[in-house]
Amino acid sequence: MRTAISELDLRRARTVDDALAMVADGRTPVAGATDVFVALNFGTLRERAFVDIWALRELRDITATGDTLVIGALATYTDAIRSPVVAGWLPMLIEASRQVGGPQIQNRGTFGGNVANASPAGDSLPVFAAVGATIVLRSSNEERRVAFNEFYTGYRATAMRPGELIVAIEVPRVDGRQWFRKVGTRAAQAISKVVAAGVRGDEPRFALGSVGATTVRVPSAEKALRSDDIAGAAAALSAGITPIDDVRSTADYRRRVAVNLLRRFWSDTAD
Amino acid sequence: MRFTLNGSEVDVDAHPMSRLLDVLRVDLGLTGTKEGCGEGECGACTVLIDGEPVCSCLVPFSQAEGTNVRSIEGLGDDHPLQRLFMDEVGAQCGICTPGMVLAALSVGESPSLSDVQTALAGNLCRCTGYSAIYRAVLKWRGVSPDGASSI
Amino acid sequence: MTAVGRNVSRKDGIGKATGRAKYADDLVFPGMLHGRTIRSTIPRGRIKSIKLDFDTTGFTIVDYHDIPGRNVVDLIEQDQPFLAERDIRHFAEPILLLAHESLERVNAARVEIEYEELEPLFDPEKSDGILKAIDINKGDVDAAMAKADIVVEGIYRTGHQEHVYIEPNGVVATPENGGVAVFGSMQCPFYVIKALKCMLGADAQIRVVQTETGGGFGGKEEYPSMIAGHAALLALKSKRPVKIIYDRLEDMVATTKRHPSIVRHRTGVMRDGRIVAMDVDVLLDGGAYVTLSPVVLSRGCIHAAGAYRCENTRIRGRAVATNTPPNGAFRGFGAPQTEFAIEVQMDRIAATLGVDEVALREMNALRPGDTTATGQVLREDTSALAVLDEAVRRTEFRRKRAEYRGTNRTIGLALFFHGAGFTGSGERHLNSRARLDLTETGVRIAVGSTEIGQGTRTMHAQIVSDALDIPYESIEVAQPDTSVVADSGPTVASRTCMVVGKILEECATAMRDALGGLTPREYFARHGAFSVERKYEPPDWIEWDDHTYRRDAYATYGWGCDVAELEVDPDTFEVKPIRLTAVQEFGRPIHPALARGQIEGGTAQGLGYALLERVVMRNGAMANGQLTNYTIPTTLDTPEIDVVMLENPYPGGPFGAKGLGELPMDGPAPAVVNALRNFGLDVREIPATPEHLSTCASL
Repeated sequence: MRTAISELDLRRARTVDDALAMVADGRTPVAGATDVFVALNFGTLRERAFVDIWALRELRDITATGDTLVIGALATYTDAIRSPVVAGWLPMLIEASRQVGGPQIQNRGTFGGNVANASPAGDSLPVFAAVGATIVLRSSNEERRVAFNEFYTGYRATAMRPGELIVAIEVPRVDGRQWFRKVGTRAAQAISKVVAAGVRGDEPRFALGSVGATTVRVPSAEKALRSDDIAGAAAALSAGITPIDDVRSTADYRRRVAVNLLRRFWSDTAD
Repeated sequence: MRFTLNGSEVDVDAHPMSRLLDVLRVDLGLTGTKEGCGEGECGACTVLIDGEPVCSCLVPFSQAEGTNVRSIEGLGDDHPLQRLFMDEVGAQCGICTPGMVLAALSVGESPSLSDVQTALAGNLCRCTGYSAIYRAVLKWRGVSPDGASSI
Repeated sequence: MTAVGRNVSRKDGIGKATGRAKYADDLVFPGMLHGRTIRSTIPRGRIKSIKLDFDTTGFTIVDYHDIPGRNVVDLIEQDQPFLAERDIRHFAEPILLLAHESLERVNAARVEIEYEELEPLFDPEKSDGILKAIDINKGDVDAAMAKADIVVEGIYRTGHQEHVYIEPNGVVATPENGGVAVFGSMQCPFYVIKALKCMLGADAQIRVVQTETGGGFGGKEEYPSMIAGHAALLALKSKRPVKIIYDRLEDMVATTKRHPSIVRHRTGVMRDGRIVAMDVDVLLDGGAYVTLSPVVLSRGCIHAAGAYRCENTRIRGRAVATNTPPNGAFRGFGAPQTEFAIEVQMDRIAATLGVDEVALREMNALRPGDTTATGQVLREDTSALAVLDEAVRRTEFRRKRAEYRGTNRTIGLALFFHGAGFTGSGERHLNSRARLDLTETGVRIAVGSTEIGQGTRTMHAQIVSDALDIPYESIEVAQPDTSVVADSGPTVASRTCMVVGKILEECATAMRDALGGLTPREYFARHGAFSVERKYEPPDWIEWDDHTYRRDAYATYGWGCDVAELEVDPDTFEVKPIRLTAVQEFGRPIHPALARGQIEGGTAQGLGYALLERVVMRNGAMANGQLTNYTIPTTLDTPEIDVVMLENPYPGGPFGAKGLGELPMDGPAPAVVNALRNFGLDVREIPATPEHLSTCASL
């Protein structure tokens, strides 16, 4: 049953500095609300004070500067799908974006929200993990950068400090062929059961979601791929992930599919 | 808080965390937008904000300020797509229809069947199996169902 | 120009597409309160204490003491209370009702209930609580089985299925004339008024009105009596209108679902493919109360031998109780479960014998003159071979079957049938009535049959138009209001066209005679209004014995053959349906586009049943009661559905029409599973999720 609205407090931020002050004050940011309002409707919302950052236009841009693709935290999945810059730089992010929910969710869900929500099933997260993205965090005092692979510290836990807001995700030039696959509960409007992104270059990367407490890469598997040892990579991957049984799927299925996806990544991206 | 609704300026006093869905249905008495799930899964609550379909059950009212919101009432009583939904039986029980019609407005010129399916992937229908909905939308865009490429 | 057989403009008008049509939650009454149901949080036990841990100012609070009549939801049995008194038999059992002006306050109210917990039973195979037992016997099964060349055995399972009407259950009750009026989402207003009269007393002033209903599929056949009773109690106690609308979670967890089934087959066949003995055991999980389990079991058992002739058949059916929310009506009503089993069994028989599955079906399919499992002699309205042949031809089944071997594509089929109308003596007991009222401008149809998207209003008007020979435009359809319309029985069992339409045809014919050549306008101007009411007259040849379960179970049957073409992803076991071909014979369509809609929609629901829809039960409660986690097909999950409507007019139906609503539900699941079996996976249960497929043995 819905959380009582009268208990909630929402203020709109007019500028980023405004927002940062309110976040420092303990307010929880709300952007596209596709996660926050599901919790509100379901009655599991724990927070009470919010800052609406949706109108902060400057956080929505997607730009390429030199060697970095900068995705504003408030860029939506639809923004990415329509972006020629992303199409050229990170097409697998578009593939991932097209498979999030349906058009209504794509029009509202943001990458900053996907990253901050910290669900291990987040569809864009394996993409950012596989390309070695950087999360740009800002507070009233400073701006700092955290490598994506250091961003998650545990189940739904991040390296963010109080008073910080995600303002952008920076993506370096991607060296290699990109590959993405989401295995959902159905063909659209689906939560992933296993979601994977890979880059095949000199240093192959393969990242997975929904098979552990956070998005994961298995270094020993990636090392085996470097020497084209797919059997070794598969074994390492299988041993290196911790999928669970839940209402959507089983640990056995997820493990089996994760390994199959690794093999498929490797054969799809071969010369 | 002011916003444009169906082409007219409105000013509604409601809690900023109200769902836009409830502002429409309860504060404004416009019950054409429906609630099917409260999770953004069924699309029955679809409205257009600045021309883009969104689930109004997931939109905080504060974010409607200054925007152009279009609900099903904004289409009037005789839009060709509405008539086609009835005639082609794209609407059976009708509860998904307002959301489905608004989402279908984003289907562009000369759509393929796949274009229509993708545009409507966020709208659940339990009655029709979707085929008649495609027929209605394709006909609206002047494409014969056979003329559209199949899946 | 005649109306029947044409896609006439629908009587619903354009309101569904403009948002003007009013569903239950769209109704607003002055002074209206919001109601909420406090439900048990344990699956079995006794209530020890109830504590209201909130400021009760402005609240109306109702418990079983407030029930003036009998605390039972009157249906087949009278075992289910509106509000639990002390014993709890399932999770989410209603205990207390609250109402308040503020939806927020009513949702925030904390009620603390202390229970004495008892050990719950969830496994139907371990239950000895028999809700209903049915035994069908024909010939001598044991002797015939002993003489068979080969005996094939199999166990088949189906899970719960949730209706997911996009509009959840909801009603508004308001005090009226010293009693109460209830407006709401429902299929059967006369079921509701009957239940309310039992709860409030036979003299109570009650009126029940169906609002525009956003899908039913059986989920609003019997359940609305419960929610209507709750709203009525709150309205009577508060003396205010009370609205109760379930959110999706409450609706999915607390209301009825399709009965899970375990069906065991032993089939004796000769080497040439003739089926000589069928021994079938049907077990249905009824949940905690009887509700409609006896009739679901009945229909399930009667269809359990499939569309086939067999001189020696035994069908033993049991519906048993478990400590889960009661299961109930869902399109198909037992037949999707049992026809799933027989159709997969048939493919296994074919594989065992080394014969082609089409040939096996051709040899054994029911033909005119054959008898069914209950000994009913089928007549010319039998189309098993016609639908099978058309489906096989149209899909190039044999060629594709061979071509797909060794690829990721596969094809499979199912042959099925569905009795129209209530079983056996059911229609006679219902004693349905229909009424036509002459008006100033034409004629008004006054029946309790409800429009739930299937086209009731339109189809009835078409029938009346042609039978009365007046323009279709001059016919209006009364909103189903129990104080206005005739009780034409429930809108279920594929009877609304064939049975109620027939009674309306009778009314129209009688009215036509009475008009004596005048138009309605002319007659009205001279003589004023009049009405014609008729009751259902079952065909005089129907003989049925409720005790032995023998002879004519249904007046007629619809016939279908579905072919499913799928693509299986070898990495993930995801199944992508490529095409579903549905060949169905249901007499003839009254409105071809509406009929096609029934087939397309029912087929899509069947695909969901086969592949996507899984109810996860934990501690006797649905653990995935949200649309995120209970997944029905989206546009991208639903393939092209190729519909062929064969005609074989049934003389007992209006203009030759039979029932259609449920038939499409029986075929998709076995067609899909048979395709998966042809792919090489030994699947014997649904939903055939990727997780399940990844554990199936290879064939």
